Amino acid sequence: MKITEQEVRYVAGLANLKLTDAEVARFQVDLDGILEHIGKLNEIDTSNVEPMAQVLFDAEDTATLRTDVPAPPLGNQAALANAPQPGAGYFKVPIVIER
Amino acid sequence: MDISIPSLTIGRVREGLLSRRFSAAELAAEALRYAQAENPKTNAYLHFSPERALAAAKRVDEQLARGEVPGPLAGVPVAVKDVILTQGVRTTCGSKLLANYIPPYDATSVVLLEQAGGVIIGKTNCDEFAMGSSTENSAFGPVRNPVAPDRVPGGSSGGSAAVVAQGTAVVALGSDTGGSIRQPASFCGVVGVTPTYGRVSRYGLTAFASSLDHIGPFSRSVKDSATLLGVIAGRDPRDSTSAGAPVPDYTAGLDGNVKGLKLGLPREYLKELMSETGDLISRGVDVLQSLGCQVREITLPSTDYAIACYYIICTAEASANLARYDGVRYTFRSEASDTLSDMYRNTRGEGFGPECKRRIMLGTYVLSSGYYDAYYLKAQKVRALVARDFANAFQEVDAILAPVSPFPAFKLGEKIDDPLAMYLSDIYTITGDLAGIPCMSVPCGTTAGGLPVGMQILTRHFDETTMFRLADAFEQAQRG
Repeated sequence: MKITEQEVRYVAGLANLKLTDAEVARFQVDLDGILEHIGKLNEIDTSNVEPMAQVLFDAEDTATLRTDVPAPPLGNQAALANAPQPGAGYFKVPIVIER
Repeated sequence: MDISIPSLTIGRVREGLLSRRFSAAELAAEALRYAQAENPKTNAYLHFSPERALAAAKRVDEQLARGEVPGPLAGVPVAVKDVILTQGVRTTCGSKLLANYIPPYDATSVVLLEQAGGVIIGKTNCDEFAMGSSTENSAFGPVRNPVAPDRVPGGSSGGSAAVVAQGTAVVALGSDTGGSIRQPASFCGVVGVTPTYGRVSRYGLTAFASSLDHIGPFSRSVKDSATLLGVIAGRDPRDSTSAGAPVPDYTAGLDGNVKGLKLGLPREYLKELMSETGDLISRGVDVLQSLGCQVREITLPSTDYAIACYYIICTAEASANLARYDGVRYTFRSEASDTLSDMYRNTRGEGFGPECKRRIMLGTYVLSSGYYDAYYLKAQKVRALVARDFANAFQEVDAILAPVSPFPAFKLGEKIDDPLAMYLSDIYTITGDLAGIPCMSVPCGTTAGGLPVGMQILTRHFDETTMFRLADAFEQAQRG
């Protein structure tokens, strides 16, 4: 196996995903198969290849910085409209500091 | 009033409005009525937007009454994939997590659609957060293929492909990260276009894998997709990855003249296609050859590694993009949580469906401490090789022809339990996304069982014009 049950639980913790025991077992099998396939990449020599983080094309430069002009924001009410628990103009959440 | 919605094209809508045969408001009302009546057959629409549609139609009628020349999409009933934000109209991304999410702003492509006179009648079903190849991963039930109701429409933009095939919208917007426009277009027998990366603003597109995500059109004719792309393409100050290259009139080159164009057939794609799909693609190639194109074999040697490369990059980026669904801002929160960290874990555990969880897990794994170089960095290097393959090929040819999917639409439930098999079937579409080049699916016939098959056309960065020219000539020859 490429991935152990312990690793599946560890990764679920990193991803903040609560999984049932059945899901852990299922994902161990699924991820194992996919990682097995991904192992193929070791066959290919990339020692002299620059990693490609973004699509590159021959075109005029894309301006990535806009002029810094103030614009009206979304507004507190609109921003909170989809909140499961808004309160006093904020997003409310359960207690943060656990004892 | 007598309007047959399924027979409409952008051109016919325009002709009907200008000749006063119908008003935009009458057309919108009839399109809504028809789409709502037909929708139970496919479940392709998740919800409708009658208020917004009628308001947009009214603006078009007012323009006409003032004697103004209406925009290129005037009065056209449009459907929008439910991962693209529509202010005031529910946008679920096919997820339980966003079942009640009402966006506070519009995607740029939606703004541009309406500015051009388009009438958005509803939002279409899709795989949850656009992750899947069958639309079976929607939290709101699968979509049935209008051509064969026991089969999937493809995915993830299955709803957008289905409404266009079913005739309940004239054109639709979808999104494509690894084939999510072209594959459903192929399965449903319609035209589907993935433009050059950066050609269409992604502002307001719910992010899945940001280095791969695109918005693009669906239509029943090549010309309509060319018109729609012309409307939504262009630089957007709200999307720093959108490209500044000028947007040509994509419909101007649709003159049927493809003589002398050099087309490449990738050896790696066709060798394994001993099937009905392969036969149909071969016949499609013959058609273009008979129109005067020169066809030669080319090679894309990194093809074998593309799936592995893609599923590392897309899951890594997805795991980061989906981190925001934590129960704080976006409607859904798990009830039974006493602490903040439990609330995060429970909300995500209850909210995400199996495929999203699988991809978040894989993406988190490949980015986790100690694995970054072996997986993500390696995949980015292989991606450079895939892109280089295309750059080399385009030294020799003007366009590449390929299958879209190894097989036509499969039965509902047939592949849902084998994620790797589902991933492997994306082989012909993900390479175009990895390279960021424009690519599209154009219908190229049906199997003996009556299932549509699409042929893929890929061209150089920003050369949508040649892609549309070839697709249009091919479409005319098929009809001829």
